[in-house]
Amino acid sequence: MSTIKMRSKEANGVVTVKALIRHPMETGARKNKKTGDMIPAHYIQEVHSKANGKDVITIHWGPAVSKNPYLTFKYKGNKGDEIEISWVDNQGNADTKMGKVK
Amino acid sequence: MLRGIFAIIFLIPALSVLASPERDFDKFVNHFKERFPNTPYQDYKNGVYSIDASAREQWEAMEEFPPYELNVDRGEELFNQTFKNGNTYGSCFENDGIGIRQNYPYFDTGKNKVITLEGALNDCRVKNGEKPLSYFKGKELAHVSAYMAYTSRGNKFNVQIPNTSEALNAYEKGKKLYFTKKGQLNFSCADCHVYQTGTKLRADIPSPAIGHPTHFPVYRSGMGRLVTLHERFAGCLNRIRAKSFKGGSDELNNLEFFTTFMSNGLEVNGPGSRK
Amino acid sequence: MKRRNFIKNSMLFAGALTALPAVLFTKKSYAAWPKKSFDIKDLTDSVNSVYGHNNLEESSKVKLKAPSIAENGAIVPINVSTTLEDVDSIMIFVENNPQPLSSGYQLTKLAQPSIGTRLKMGKTSNVMAAVKSGDKVYTSTQEVKVTIGGCGG
Repeated sequence: MSTIKMRSKEANGVVTVKALIRHPMETGARKNKKTGDMIPAHYIQEVHSKANGKDVITIHWGPAVSKNPYLTFKYKGNKGDEIEISWVDNQGNADTKMGKVK
Repeated sequence: MLRGIFAIIFLIPALSVLASPERDFDKFVNHFKERFPNTPYQDYKNGVYSIDASAREQWEAMEEFPPYELNVDRGEELFNQTFKNGNTYGSCFENDGIGIRQNYPYFDTGKNKVITLEGALNDCRVKNGEKPLSYFKGKELAHVSAYMAYTSRGNKFNVQIPNTSEALNAYEKGKKLYFTKKGQLNFSCADCHVYQTGTKLRADIPSPAIGHPTHFPVYRSGMGRLVTLHERFAGCLNRIRAKSFKGGSDELNNLEFFTTFMSNGLEVNGPGSRK
Repeated sequence: MKRRNFIKNSMLFAGALTALPAVLFTKKSYAAWPKKSFDIKDLTDSVNSVYGHNNLEESSKVKLKAPSIAENGAIVPINVSTTLEDVDSIMIFVENNPQPLSSGYQLTKLAQPSIGTRLKMGKTSNVMAAVKSGDKVYTSTQEVKVTIGGCGG
């Protein structure tokens, strides 16, 4: 199952993209209560988005972004635009999702 | 006024036949209507957000893309997964398990006990050769319950209490647990959620009792996971340092029976987003 | 190895978490993740590491939307928008977090200067939105209170 859920809507020539990403966003500063070990840092560092293959926004996140992070941004666009959102985390994991603007 | 009436009702068990749940309901609901005259009745399903504007604004920001959507998706996957014998959860329920959350809990006059949705899910598992699951820690049971709640949004609760002494007893037990002071802190559920609702408990505002079960299970952002109604009941009991009960126990089943009856007429709106 | 550990230790779902898609990470020409800036513990140093200076100008044209009392420090909704033009980037600093720089948004010409996210805040703090427009950096700051709950647990 994809880790990325997105919704994109156009109004008056502006597209609003909303995304919710399934990710623990561990800061690396928490302890496992049972074992006493530190839980390793595990958080998304970069998110990129394109519309119809063109770069729209590049986002840099640190561990202070909430678990299951939410993101919203806007760009000048049209209904039917193809949006791509992709992320990479500090452990080298990644995911990508495509969606259409309604 | 309300406190007096309830005190009389359970100090005289022989007269409990006079304490009709319908009259309890009217008095209970009126208490909140008088306390919060500006809250539209249907809004009680939103719990504390029906009575606290600043918290409501943040909740509405969360509702733009609520975290529980990920859990509902996962719940749907789990709901559709087959048991080892090839059956699915849907096979145990009316309408294949879709849009039926509001039918729970109900009093089963054959088994003479309250059946909650999570209880029915576990019964389904056992019937199909699987182990029952925990109500706690936001795992599979919570996810399936969240998905089933989601498919039932908008449907109104209408808990019926069959006219049998066993059913009335279950209701009365739930009501008694609700109104009895307990624990080291000597609180009853009612102290916070009936008499002190809307006031401040350190930085929290106790939510009104009516509408509580409608939005469970909840996704608690602070815990980063789902929490079922029974886990929340157990958690609250722990917090007032009272004896707690297990998920699916008679005590919590009866408590859910009472609190859901008091939410009759309100819509299913689970899973809810909470802090 | 790390990927498998993530799956094993995942606290997200009890059921089997299907393996993360093996997306080939191709090197792209995006601005590199600014590790140094994300590690800095002091707000002034953090701002300096991002812009090379500390010449910030408060501006009512930067609109920061944040709750005055966060319902829950784990997930504080923050929105930043601006009427300024030629916006290169928007950065959000949470002064009293262990590392003030929370996130940065690099905008192309296609993007509108309006973003939103949800942040973790360890305690009551000023939140500062910084918008780079042309050569200047404009800011808007607001205090967000983070409280300890009551009986809510």
